[in-house]
Amino acid sequence: MDRNVETHEYDVVVIGAGGAGLRAAIEARLQGKRVAIISKSLFGKAHTVMAEGGCAASMGNVNPNDNWMVHYRDTMRGGKFLNNWRMAELHAKEAPDRVWELETYGALFDRTKDGKISQRNFGGHTYPRLAHVGDRTGLELIRTLQQKIVSLQQDDHKVTGDYQSHLRVYHECTITELLKTDGRIAGCFGYFRNDGRFVRFDAPAIVLATGGVGKSYQVTSNSWEYTGDGHALALRAGATLINMEFLQFHPTGMVWPPSVKGILVTESVRGDGGVLRNSEGKRFMFDYIPDVFKEQYATTEEEGDRWYTDPDNNRRPPELLPRDEVARAINSEVKAGRGSPHGGVFLDIASRLKPEEILKRLPSMHHQFKELADVDITKEPMEVGPTCHYVMGGIEVDPDTGMSSVPGLFAAGECSGGMHGSNRLGGNSLSDLLVFGRRTGLYAAQFSEGARPAVAREDVDAAVERALLPFTTAAEQGENPFVVQLELQKCMHELVGIIRKEDEMEMALKKLEDIATRTRTVVVEGHREFNPGWHLALDLRNMLLVSLCVAKAALERQESRGGHTRDDFPVMDSDWRHILLVCSALGEDNVELTRKEQIPMRPELFDLFELDELKKYYTGEELGGHRA
Amino acid sequence: MSSTTDMAAGRAQIAARTLRTDRWWLPPLLNVAGLGAWVVYATVRAFMQNWYFVPEYNYLTPFYSPCVSNGCVEQAAHFGRFLPDVWWLPYAAISLPFLLLFRLTCYYYRKAYYRAFWGSPPACAVAEPHGKYTGETRFPLILQNLHRYFFYIAALISLLNTYDAVKAFIKDDGSFGLGLGNIILVANVVLLWLYTASCHSCRSIIGGRLNHFSKHPVRYKAWVGVSRLNAKHMQLAWATLASLAITDAYVMCVSAGWFSDLRIVG
Amino acid sequence: MSHWHHFRVWRGDQGGGKLEDYPVEVNEGEVVLDIIHRLQQTEANDLACRWNCKAGKCGSCSVEINGKPRLACMTRMSTFADDEVVTVTPLRTFPVIRDLVTDVEFNYVKAREVPAFAPPEGVAPGEYRMQQVDVERSQEFRKCIECYLCQNTCHAVRDHEENKEAFSGPRYLMRIAELDMHPLDAADRKDMAQDDHGLGYCNITKCCTEVCPEHIKITDNALIPMKERVVDRKYDPIVWLGNKLFRR
Repeated sequence: MDRNVETHEYDVVVIGAGGAGLRAAIEARLQGKRVAIISKSLFGKAHTVMAEGGCAASMGNVNPNDNWMVHYRDTMRGGKFLNNWRMAELHAKEAPDRVWELETYGALFDRTKDGKISQRNFGGHTYPRLAHVGDRTGLELIRTLQQKIVSLQQDDHKVTGDYQSHLRVYHECTITELLKTDGRIAGCFGYFRNDGRFVRFDAPAIVLATGGVGKSYQVTSNSWEYTGDGHALALRAGATLINMEFLQFHPTGMVWPPSVKGILVTESVRGDGGVLRNSEGKRFMFDYIPDVFKEQYATTEEEGDRWYTDPDNNRRPPELLPRDEVARAINSEVKAGRGSPHGGVFLDIASRLKPEEILKRLPSMHHQFKELADVDITKEPMEVGPTCHYVMGGIEVDPDTGMSSVPGLFAAGECSGGMHGSNRLGGNSLSDLLVFGRRTGLYAAQFSEGARPAVAREDVDAAVERALLPFTTAAEQGENPFVVQLELQKCMHELVGIIRKEDEMEMALKKLEDIATRTRTVVVEGHREFNPGWHLALDLRNMLLVSLCVAKAALERQESRGGHTRDDFPVMDSDWRHILLVCSALGEDNVELTRKEQIPMRPELFDLFELDELKKYYTGEELGGHRA
Repeated sequence: MSSTTDMAAGRAQIAARTLRTDRWWLPPLLNVAGLGAWVVYATVRAFMQNWYFVPEYNYLTPFYSPCVSNGCVEQAAHFGRFLPDVWWLPYAAISLPFLLLFRLTCYYYRKAYYRAFWGSPPACAVAEPHGKYTGETRFPLILQNLHRYFFYIAALISLLNTYDAVKAFIKDDGSFGLGLGNIILVANVVLLWLYTASCHSCRSIIGGRLNHFSKHPVRYKAWVGVSRLNAKHMQLAWATLASLAITDAYVMCVSAGWFSDLRIVG
Repeated sequence: MSHWHHFRVWRGDQGGGKLEDYPVEVNEGEVVLDIIHRLQQTEANDLACRWNCKAGKCGSCSVEINGKPRLACMTRMSTFADDEVVTVTPLRTFPVIRDLVTDVEFNYVKAREVPAFAPPEGVAPGEYRMQQVDVERSQEFRKCIECYLCQNTCHAVRDHEENKEAFSGPRYLMRIAELDMHPLDAADRKDMAQDDHGLGYCNITKCCTEVCPEHIKITDNALIPMKERVVDRKYDPIVWLGNKLFRR
């Protein structure tokens, strides 16, 4: 087989062309650097397009009471105070500027009457806060950033005569290895999906923006790309992951037909008045308001309904509780036998809004159900159930710069960890992408001005060998990678899913050990040109490594918090709040878990909360420093 | 031939001109039949120079409006007679060419005849039978861009048709009359106005060319209305072809005495 | 509820290829993309097909199904009769890479040639004020998922490779219309639409609109209004005379 490796040299290489990656690349280019963007799929197809609801930023366009402090409090509350508070602070403070900036790139958000960016309500946000475009905000974001990249390329073209002289997108290219020299990032190695040729990018700074890990689960809203590549690349390069036990199961994914199981039904359906009912027709969410949220949510249907028109004098309906609460409630209803025919519950907007209104506010939901499930949501309720949606955990980074423990390796967006704590609020992911995408781009650009370590020849050779392993005779008894993937997904879904038990997770770890051996020896047929079997064979080891982190961390954390629910430890435990579980790799298919203390919140941020609220989350001695 | 399977360009080598399995050839066929039949009928009638007017009820067929040839009967000539009466010149020779051009350059008819008569393309994803294609970039098709001027003229002619339809309520003895012919004439005029107003050029002129609707609320409202009609431009295009033919045929029949007008008043 | 269906899939590359027959199991509620995946997981591990979101939002799985350009993820198997042969072929307008995957670089090249949004001078970020009615037209065009089905179907390039140079295709003419209708865009795009991007090649035969999975009215709302705006500029005798008399 052809072992040639094409080589490119850049200042900053961004792996991942979703929102975070593109924003990072834009910033690095604006800093004057030569930048490469590497995308596993075509440019502009990133998973960011799936984000529907909006982008949270406390611009205060709809409710002037909103400001960064309210947003900060909401974010910390949503994450059950396990968040990296510095990231949450930066996020809340910088999000409005990042959104406004998009307008200068050409974004067209929906407008308020006075011509400002309109903002909508969403679960966990005190005020209407999500900038949006109908229910296709993610598409708007990705297209806007894509077009800004093009605009920067046009500027370069005017100077150099070449659109791609300083900013180039390498799409349908998968990175399989990060290359280090003397403990610092020196470059990365991968292959082009279309013809299988190998490629190497030499760069002193690399930004990982590869998104999430959902493809390790059977029911997920994530696409094939979400195989935890960034997480695994970072681990193998010696960086650490945190909070991997926290996975967000979005409460409302489609459950029927089977081929679209898991595909997202946006939270805006509930934000705009949609309610959840069980097979008995009951709005069951009123039975599931946890104590910590008792004061903020309506206790009667009448009050909840009044909130849509008069949010200042009424409390919001419990359908808008944070996602983890709603997902668990649906899970319990289904388990209690009150589910819908295909194992979900009913999400009803048809009886709540006029058909024209539904078409105007939720056009792509209408389209999605009509075309995929042959259901008209203006006439019938939808059937929905939890789907694996987002990983809160990710690469441990410095909150200000986004750099991991490996010098020169940065991470932003879903593949970085800490910002969202144990649970992410809807709308906070798009703003996260922008805020930290920009920050990592900026600091990666600065970092790239330092030393440029040379890539070691042996490292490249080793990477070539590993990439070709599925074709070689060493794997003669190997299996079809699709079969191994299905088993991995099944294992994670059934044993480390939405509700977790010690014995099940121990079983999962055993199974993963077996899957690890099989992953090493999967075998593929044919050639290197656009061969999906080969691609999967290489992605599989990333999925495995990440799954090991999730399972180990989930087994270790003996409490329930946000996106981590233990059947055997059903309550939140303040003694666990300040503990972070940190994963590091032991070779290609094993990981090690250590505990780490969370750094206490800065006093002035701490004082933004009322003592009564903090008491629900903090231990007695931690509260000593509060202003009260 | 076309290059759908252009090998040099690296395209997939699929020999079939199309792999469509539905009856894609049916719509162009129906268009050829429909448009062809209409053109034949209209040509015959335009040159017939007969049976275009019913004097007692003042019914004038739109095919002869305005009747400005020396050959026109005096009552039908509302705007004077000045064209020479020769066999090759239709009596309404000052309006018919513009009506023809208005429809010929209409965005809907263009689609219909490019597809049906020129096969460019015959249907979506069906290879066209031409080796070269330059669209509307050069003469003569670049003249399609003159559509809006024909629209202006067509609007004026619609005024004439309206005048004819109103005048037909007054019988030759000066009294008010109402018959089936009046209803047909009015229906035809209403459809003509709807078709004319739903024109893409009209939509642009009335408001589409603005970038700030919010600063022109009246034009915005008008644009919304025209846009709604515009969505039905195809249906209106066919409806007016039918109504023109029906109106003309009705006037012809009554004028020739093949049957008499169904009278309601007078 | 499953039954067997006769699939024909084009397999090959630039060197040549052919339609291969596969009998395949189909379950209730499945779409064509599910069947392609089933083939990958069983008989044809190396069958190349692009896909991402599987929900009609990313526009990756564009192919031709029974000759019609479609998204494989949005084509339900229930729309075919049980005994109907389902033929899946790659997009015919772009160079094939392998099997159902084509090289869509043409579109990225054209995208780069459309001058980007020109921000209005002296308006700071956060100070942009636009009314909903003024952004709605452009918002319709921004629904575009860039599946390139319109680019693939447009006969101006589908049947005439040589026009690819001069003609940017419906998607990018729509992009120009989007920017031209943007209430705050500072650039003028009428001449450019005609001269640099080949708006005149469009003969408004509406196949782009017919195949658009987002149901964007490309022809009626973008291309024709853009043609009319060009007429305002280039074919209006009064404007023309004014330009002649008062040049500069």
